This record gives sequence, structure tokens and C-alpha cells, in this order.
Amino acid sequence: MSPMNRRDLVKTGGTMFVLGAASGTALFTAAANAQESVKLGLLHSLSGTIAIAEASLVDAEKMAIDEINAAGGVMGRKIEVVIEDGASENSVFAEKARKLLERDKVAAIVGCYTSASRKAVLPALSRAKGLLFYPTYYEGQEQDKHVVYTSQEATQSVVAAVEWLAREKGKTFFLVGSDYIYPRTCNKIAKPTIAKLGGKVLGEEYAPLGHTEFSSIINKIKAAKPDCIYSTVVGGSNVAFYKQLRAAGLDGTKQTLLSTVVSENEIEGIGKDNAVGYYACMGYFQSVKNPANEKFVKAFKAKYGQDRVIGDPMEVAYNSVYLWKLAVEKAKSFDPDKVLAASAGVELDAPEGKVRVHATNQHVWKKVRVGKALANGQFDIVWESPSLIEPNPFPTL
Amino acid sequence: MNIDIAVMQVFNGVSLFTILLLMAIGLAIVFGLMGVINMAHGELMALGSYVTYLTATAFSKFAPQWMGVYLFAAIALAFAVTYAFGYLLERGFVRFFYNRPLDTLLATWGLSLILQQAYRSIFGAQEVSVPLPQWLSGAWEPVAGIQLPISRIFIIGLTVAVAFGVYLLLNRTRWGLKVRAVTHNRAMSEAVGIDTQRLDALTFALGAGLAGIAGCVFTMIGSTNPGTGQLYIVDSFIVVVFGGVQSLIGTALSGFAIAQTQTTLEYLMSGSMARVTILLLVVVVLYFRPHGLFAAKSRS
Repeated sequence: MSPMNRRDLVKTGGTMFVLGAASGTALFTAAANAQESVKLGLLHSLSGTIAIAEASLVDAEKMAIDEINAAGGVMGRKIEVVIEDGASENSVFAEKARKLLERDKVAAIVGCYTSASRKAVLPALSRAKGLLFYPTYYEGQEQDKHVVYTSQEATQSVVAAVEWLAREKGKTFFLVGSDYIYPRTCNKIAKPTIAKLGGKVLGEEYAPLGHTEFSSIINKIKAAKPDCIYSTVVGGSNVAFYKQLRAAGLDGTKQTLLSTVVSENEIEGIGKDNAVGYYACMGYFQSVKNPANEKFVKAFKAKYGQDRVIGDPMEVAYNSVYLWKLAVEKAKSFDPDKVLAASAGVELDAPEGKVRVHATNQHVWKKVRVGKALANGQFDIVWESPSLIEPNPFPTL
Repeated sequence: MNIDIAVMQVFNGVSLFTILLLMAIGLAIVFGLMGVINMAHGELMALGSYVTYLTATAFSKFAPQWMGVYLFAAIALAFAVTYAFGYLLERGFVRFFYNRPLDTLLATWGLSLILQQAYRSIFGAQEVSVPLPQWLSGAWEPVAGIQLPISRIFIIGLTVAVAFGVYLLLNRTRWGLKVRAVTHNRAMSEAVGIDTQRLDALTFALGAGLAGIAGCVFTMIGSTNPGTGQLYIVDSFIVVVFGGVQSLIGTALSGFAIAQTQTTLEYLMSGSMARVTILLLVVVVLYFRPHGLFAAKSRS
């Protein structure tokens, strides 16, 4: 062996030894850390047009995670949060879902707001056999085997709302909504319900998403003179709609307006003086009176500021983290298929009251309430469903 | 459809016309007279809306007794701020892209994205609510059964004043004469000693200022959020192109045609179908008259 070869041997041998030792230590510490935490992905729009509604859900979810970690974590493991921004673009949602599931290897994702964003992440969930907890009210018509739908679907809120209106306010209806699947499905459910109660639908109008000129629709409402206006106008259009309704003299005194898509958060944007006197039907209102909700609201305001308001999707997002934890503890495993199977029948004492995951359809039994908007932006709850309402995502219409 | 509803529908058409005109007039000046495609025009309107919001907040904090008239201060401030911003924009950014329309398009589109995110970062992604002065809320009932919202009447009045002002500016002032000269023949105007660079800056600034006034007006009827500009930009361009790019009369007439047709169609069919029909009509007209309804003749 020439001196050169021996030097090379020592050099390469030494390098390999150091690398081996380093990677061994790294693997050891990584393995040791992995024992400590479990990853939970939060996938919401933090920027873009939907951020108005969706960004606050992350705050509620983070609060739940902090509470769980402070109490010892899930099965002894602390939750490590991985937050991704869907940027109000469905393609970004799909891409980030893949990243969370395949690269970060999260145990579950809590995320999405619009149905379009949820449908965009279904392929990624199917590929990676992942699990999504979807915390937003939606139109039903879905039961993907990788999703738990933790908020009310259309039949739970629409049927109760229409029955309340027909009972309390009058039997003639005018339906107004934004032009996409949620309002159209809600109206498809509302119409036979109204007919069954002996009511009449005097008009059904749709405005494109983001539309701000409601003068023609308001004129049609005036011409028809309904007792009740059922509104599924969504997002920014609501500001224009409510302002123009008021300017036209339809301020809720001579006819009743009820919406299933307006919560305390939307009222912040619409303006409290514009929304006062109109009704909404939701599973949760910040003004619900029970010990769990008082604790929840106090903790949220203490953490994020006294000016914050809490709408239905935020409370359901908070519940979703806890429902995942309970399902994991029931399954004694983080494996998504086992957690999904175990989630059936899981019960939670949520701020809105008791919620229970359905035995077979991955939706949630819950109460709904009707509230009247007050001048301070909060809702005065005028009716609460007497018992938990069964979810029915595939109603016969 | 009885007479009351018919009257209110016609009023709606006129109201929509004034709103479209207010949006499009700033763009018509910039696009029509300067040939600059400003995709950030919507964001300039949003700037006017946010200035109105800030004015309202300042008034409610420091001078609540004057809340009734904050709107006039807001209009003046919105014009001033967007005018100044437009001037800086032209000098520092837009003037490098003259005679390169595709580049201007891309550059101003990028600018609109930057501005949107700036609004999001400064004001939050949430909508901000701008209070309506008491005397503007409610409706005027000249006859029982006909309710005309006062805010819309105010907007009509304001648009008439603004349009008249722009007309006087362009046709009765020295500056207006120079602008028209530059539109017809830039090289010749420079040859006779007109400072085209300064003129361009002032013209762009004026277009921006008008967008600011439009934004201020929109707080009365719609929502103010970072994405507000995107809702109006398409309609503004349609009105300008349909009317003939270099003719302000064309812009006004096309705005009127589109507004009346839209309100009538919205009453007869659903909102989405009305929009589809309008756009199809615009496409058909542009097919036969590619320069719009009133194409001005020029030597450029």
C-alpha cells in the first residue's frame, strides 16, 4: 500500500465513522422526539377572498390544541401543529393537503370552509388514506370515507328554520341566495318543507357570488309581498344586500328575514346597524347560555382580545379538535381508518351543548337555534331545538 | 308588473348607470386618452373606500358631532389621496411602460395584487364597515308605494356633478385642450411645445382621483374589503371598451345602455342569466364594431 492509499483510507474511513455516528445520534434523537408529539394539520385560507370567514377558525383550533396539550396531550403525546394556507384557491388546498399528508405525515387535518375546497382535497385524502375533520356548515349530499363532517348540514338548519318561520311569522316565502350549490341545495330542501307546512313560495332568486346590485331582486320582493324572506346570500354580497334592503324600507318589521349563512363574524363586516332586526339560524351563537360556553368565550377573549366575536364555524372548529382527540382515545390509535371507525358515537360536551357523531354517516347530531340580531352585533336566541337533530346528508326530496 | 314597480325599476337602471359611469370615467380618461391599461383601477377605488373608512373612524373619534357631514370630507380626501397616489404611480412606475400595452397590463396587474395584499395586511382580510350618515339612510316616497333610496339619489346627483366637472375640464380649460391635443397626435403636440410628460402624470392622477371618488361612493352601497376592487374592474373595462375607447360620450352612453338593459333583464330572468345575456350582447356588438359604439377618429 502506498502512503497515498493509506491516507485516503484513513480519510474516508474517518468521514464514514463521523457520518455514521452523527446520523445514528440524529436518528436516535428523532426517534426519541417522535415518541413525544403527534402532528395535526390545520388547512384554511389565511389570505384571499375567503380569509374573511376562514382565518379565524385557525385561532379557535389553536386554542383547543393548547388546552389539550396543557392537559397532557392525546394519549400522552403533545400535539404539534402544522398550519398551511389554502389562499382561497382550490388548487392550493389540494397541493397543501398532499404536503400535509405525504410529507409532514400528519395524523389528521382539520380544515376547509367552502365545499369546493373540501372537494379539492378529497383525492389527496384518498391517496394517502388520511382523515379530514370539516368544521363548516354545508349542503350535505356527501359522505366521503375519509371525512368527518362536524357541522350542521343543510337539512338540520334549513328544515328547522323554515318550520320556525312558518310557525311564528307567516306562510308566504321568498327565497334569495347566491348562485352556487349551497343556496340552491338549501332551497331544494326548503321548498318541499314549505309545501308540507301549507306555505307558498312566491319567488326564488339567485345573484352571482360577489354581486352587489340587489335593486332588481329587492323590487321583486316588494312586488311579491312575502311574510318571510329566506336568505342564503353569502359573503361580501351580504353587506350590499342588507344595506340595500334597509334603504328600500325592508327592515325586518313588516316582513321577517332569516339567513342560514350569517354569524357574528359576518355581522362585523356587514355593520351592526345594518344587521339589527334580521334573524339567523345556526347551531351555535356566542350568546348561548351554559357553563361550557361561558368558559369557552372567556378563554377565547382572554387569549385573543376582548373585541373578538365567535361565530358558529369557529366553535365547530374548536369542537373538531376535541372530537378527533376523543376518537383517537376510543380507537387507542392514531391510524386514520381506525380513528374514523371509532368516531361513530363519540359524544362531546361542546360550548353549544352536547354533540354526538352519527353511528353511520360521519355527520353530527346537534341542536340548532334561531337568533335575532341585536344592535351590539350579538344574537338574542328566540328558539332552540328541543333535542338533538339527526343529520341526513341524503334526504329524499 | 304594476306602475310603481316599473318606476322603481327605471330608477334602478338610472342608479346603476351612474355607478357604472363613476367607475368607468376614471378608467376612460386613463385608458382612452392615454392608452394605458390600468388593471389596478379597482384597487384605486378600494383605496378611496378605505380612505372613507378612515375618515369616518377619525370623525367618530375626534368630532362625533360632525358625523353627519363626514361624507363630504371623505369625498374630498378620497380624491386628494388617490390623486396624489396616482401621480406618484405614474411618475415612478407606469411611465416606463408607455407604447407597451401588454407590459402595462401585466405590470398593473401585478400592482393590483400588491395593493390587495397591502390592504389585507394593513386593514385585515375582514370587511370593514363604513357607517352611513343618518340623512342618507332610508327612502324618499314621493308617492305611496314608490320608494327611492336616498343614498342612490345622492349618488346620481354626485355623478352628474362629477361628469359635468370632467366635461368642463376637458372642453373648457387650457389643460383639457392640451390633453385632447396629445390624444390626437402626440408627436405634433410635443412639437408645438406641450410638456407631454407632466400632462401624462396629471391626467393619470385625475383618473386615479375619480376612481377614489367612486370608491368613496361604493361604501354606501356595498362592502369594503381587500377584494372590492376585483368586483368592479371587469364592469369598468366593459363599459369603456363598449363605448369606444377614446370617447367619453361613448363611455356615458354605453354605461346607460348596459345599465338599463341589465336592470330590465334582471327583473325578467335570474341575475346570472342577465349577466350572461349582457356579455353576449357586448360580444356581438363588438364583433360588428370592434372600436366600440363611438370610435373617435385620430391620427395615431
